[in-house]
Amino acid sequence: MTDVSSLVEGRTGKWEVVIGLEVHAQVSSQAKLFSGASAAFGAGPNEHVSLVDAAMPGMLPVINQFCVEQAVKTGLGLNAEINLFSIFDRKNYFYADLPQGYQISQYKQPIVGEGSITITLADGSTRDIGIERLHLEQDAGKSMHDQHPSKSYIDLNRSGVALMEIVSRPDMRSAEEAAAYVSKLRAILRFLGTCDGNMEQGSLRADCNVSVRRPGEELGTRTETKNLNSIRFIAQAINSEVARQIEIIEDGGTIDQETRLFDTSTGQTRTMRSKEDAHDYRYFPDPDLLPLELDAAWVETLRQSLPELPDALRTRLMDEFGLSAYDAGLISEDRDTAAWYEAAAAGRDAKLVANWMTVELFGALNRMGLDLADSPVRPDQLGQLVERISDGTISGRIAKDVFAIMLEDGADPDQVIEEKGFKQVSDTGAIEAIIDTVLAENTDKVDEYRGGKDKLFGFFVGQVMKASKGQANPGVVNDLLRQKLNG
Amino acid sequence: MSDILAMTAVAARQALDNKSISAVELTEAYIKAGQDTAENNAYVLTTPDKAIDMAKASDARIAKGDAGLLEGIPIGVKDMFCTKGVETTASSRILKGFVPTYESTVTQNLWQDGAVMLGKINCDEFAMGSANETSAFGAVINPWTASDGPLKGKALTPGGSSGGSAAVMAARSALLAPGTDTGGSIRQPAAFCGLVGLKPTYGRCSRLGIVAFASSLDQAGPITRDVADCALMMTSMASYDKGDSTSIDAPMPDLMAALTKAKNEGVKGMRIGIPDEYTIDGMPEQIVTLWEQGRQWLEDAGATCVPVSLPHTKYALPAYYIIAPAEASSNLARYDGVRYGQRVDGATLDEMYAKTRGAGFGDEVKRRILIGTYVLSAGYYDAYYIKAQKIRRLIQNDFHQVFSGVDALLTPSTPSAAFALGEEDKDPVSMFLNDVFTVPANLAGIPAISVPAGLSSDGLPLGLQLIAPALREDTLIEGAAMLEKAAGFNHVASGAAS
Repeated sequence: MTDVSSLVEGRTGKWEVVIGLEVHAQVSSQAKLFSGASAAFGAGPNEHVSLVDAAMPGMLPVINQFCVEQAVKTGLGLNAEINLFSIFDRKNYFYADLPQGYQISQYKQPIVGEGSITITLADGSTRDIGIERLHLEQDAGKSMHDQHPSKSYIDLNRSGVALMEIVSRPDMRSAEEAAAYVSKLRAILRFLGTCDGNMEQGSLRADCNVSVRRPGEELGTRTETKNLNSIRFIAQAINSEVARQIEIIEDGGTIDQETRLFDTSTGQTRTMRSKEDAHDYRYFPDPDLLPLELDAAWVETLRQSLPELPDALRTRLMDEFGLSAYDAGLISEDRDTAAWYEAAAAGRDAKLVANWMTVELFGALNRMGLDLADSPVRPDQLGQLVERISDGTISGRIAKDVFAIMLEDGADPDQVIEEKGFKQVSDTGAIEAIIDTVLAENTDKVDEYRGGKDKLFGFFVGQVMKASKGQANPGVVNDLLRQKLNG
Repeated sequence: MSDILAMTAVAARQALDNKSISAVELTEAYIKAGQDTAENNAYVLTTPDKAIDMAKASDARIAKGDAGLLEGIPIGVKDMFCTKGVETTASSRILKGFVPTYESTVTQNLWQDGAVMLGKINCDEFAMGSANETSAFGAVINPWTASDGPLKGKALTPGGSSGGSAAVMAARSALLAPGTDTGGSIRQPAAFCGLVGLKPTYGRCSRLGIVAFASSLDQAGPITRDVADCALMMTSMASYDKGDSTSIDAPMPDLMAALTKAKNEGVKGMRIGIPDEYTIDGMPEQIVTLWEQGRQWLEDAGATCVPVSLPHTKYALPAYYIIAPAEASSNLARYDGVRYGQRVDGATLDEMYAKTRGAGFGDEVKRRILIGTYVLSAGYYDAYYIKAQKIRRLIQNDFHQVFSGVDALLTPSTPSAAFALGEEDKDPVSMFLNDVFTVPANLAGIPAISVPAGLSSDGLPLGLQLIAPALREDTLIEGAAMLEKAAGFNHVASGAAS
């Protein structure tokens, strides 16, 4: 089925874009997939290398059960089929940072089969994106070519680190959908605790398969752009690749099936290797490892103990707190944000808290370059502030002033209100006195108003609020003004 | 001195325990025997100082009454086993200068039980060969010589790939020798050198720290002078190792008890299968006669021998020569000059690989890497590798079926006695035929033993093989003890140290 809204206009008509993603997600685990060496990020070169990782003669891999558990959890989180029998294969190729001369991966029988995730687009609509498979594999080491004029240096810290390769169906039709897919996938992985999702550290990388075709026609030839490490780059790479492919075809050319690289400085992709140069990986089952057999009851136990995932959380935020789909989507993007929100909203005007959080707080943190975890305002403090608006202690406008002070020194809102004398005046006597003064000073306008110029009502409200330094309760002001002007 | 070298390991253990000899004396005798037989080219590295230190430690433990199963027994270690602090090369130029920082599990077990290390032993390069001629250190010479016939006066092969291990045992320059067997590399050299060689059930001995040839087939096992020593050494070598995912977590049957049982009861009631398919074209008459003789010995000792059929046997060798090279082509990819061993520099990474591996590997290793790479390639994988795996399954099924009716199988160990060095290496396929009787047990992962059973008309040793179901090493020891007793093989190689 062609989604007309996402078609791309070329010179010669409309094109449909077809995108499939292969995401490599580093398994959150203390140790590597087949050795006891640390999988932590950030150590000095070759500090986290075991004899197995360096492929010393006679060394053998032993599967890390925790990584298997993480992969199964992820499969369950992707609503996917868990294969109780899977096989580790060797993918053979030579490279200086691949010590064994092969990567242990899963080829024909992966640990996780078909699943799907639901993405939400900016207009609030949702789409299901199919997952073809998830398999476990080892990462390679790192070659450094810029350390010496004629030599390359090798860092094997990453050699053997566990990765999950998550392969989507070619179900996405725009860069926006691809970006939403990766965001959603990352959120699910983070909720599950199976991958930290830190793209800048390389914990999550995507290869993008992109092709274009006329709506309804056969699939076009695809290219694969490797190793994209930010959601923005994924969208840029897809858009540039789509434009390139359409231009070539419209000029009468054909697309070469090839592997491409994304150049972050130009925002364009370029050829890495063509199909003719493609490796013959000579996959075969790794004879050093037995097939991986899982116990169905154990998988069921994992299923029962899964944490709440983004979709469930989003639904609950809408049902329980009455949030809009949009706000619920923003707040359910990661578990810490949701927890922050729930702490702030408990027992308060939940929608108002959501508003304050997504607009005022997120805006402020963005300006300050801070993460929510480092927010100077605590959840209970934001909740208290909203409570003071709800109970009429301060107006929404004054609340912004209070909030600005809270951001600066992390003070409690009640303390700020007290110290700065921000408390709203609801005493009708005091407000009546101000109104009387304002009306007395503007008798000409009072006459005009009474003569039918209704719009002047706002002028009077403004004058009263100004005279009260913003502390008069706007509701009371409105009521009293109306009585006095109309009465 | 000759009395010392004549002792089996079991006898030496008794002599050490009753203090009629010290471990240092025993070790010194073997160090000298190694020097006296150096022309065999069996040791690629000797560690005499280490040996004396270990022997002294053994004497101290014996004095304290703390002797282990192999306390004070001097052994020579095939160069496929990684030995901590001692150069390990798999007899290949590419690993020249490689000194492991770790010990293989099997040799660790041997040291733990008190064995003394004499040095590292020559073998075919990466254990690929059946004549010990592919070694970077050159061929090993069999201490046995033909007393008659066309081979008289010629240097003979000790077999391979554990040729050096069999040679040091036949030359009495080691008292025990651990070997590795991927397609017959323990049993064929044992047969050629008048020794007992056991390849246990796949998974009995940990492969951790053994240089890999073909992972799904490689198994370590003992090469010994007699069946009792074999039972002793096997008991020490075997262990469940969490560091090897294919290691078996099942207790080894009591092999010493199996030995006693054979002594006391013979093999009464044992059913022995004689597989029809092991009669092959062109097999020398004396091999056929020996096989028949073995059947008679077992029947005389109370066994029932019946003909059985293993219909897929003829496909075993071709399947083996696809699977083993396939795994080897991948296992040997790590020898790339980047991290250890020899490197020959090149202008580019690919050139460095090509030069390093071109210079580092010998012809037979290159041949098998090429075959293995070919059979795993796109377009050939199904026709070769997958088909070979299917045959492997059929062969496993053959064994499974016959073992529902018999306890063990009796076959010749090899289709011939030892042959002259330098004669068969021009035709790799005829060399591959040496493994025809030994390869099926590797493909099926089941245990098999070769026992010296007689001499050829030229005066060269010949062996008989027993094959048992998985985990039944005890059956092998019982049957082998019976054959040994009946054969009364007490010949000593002309080149043995004295």
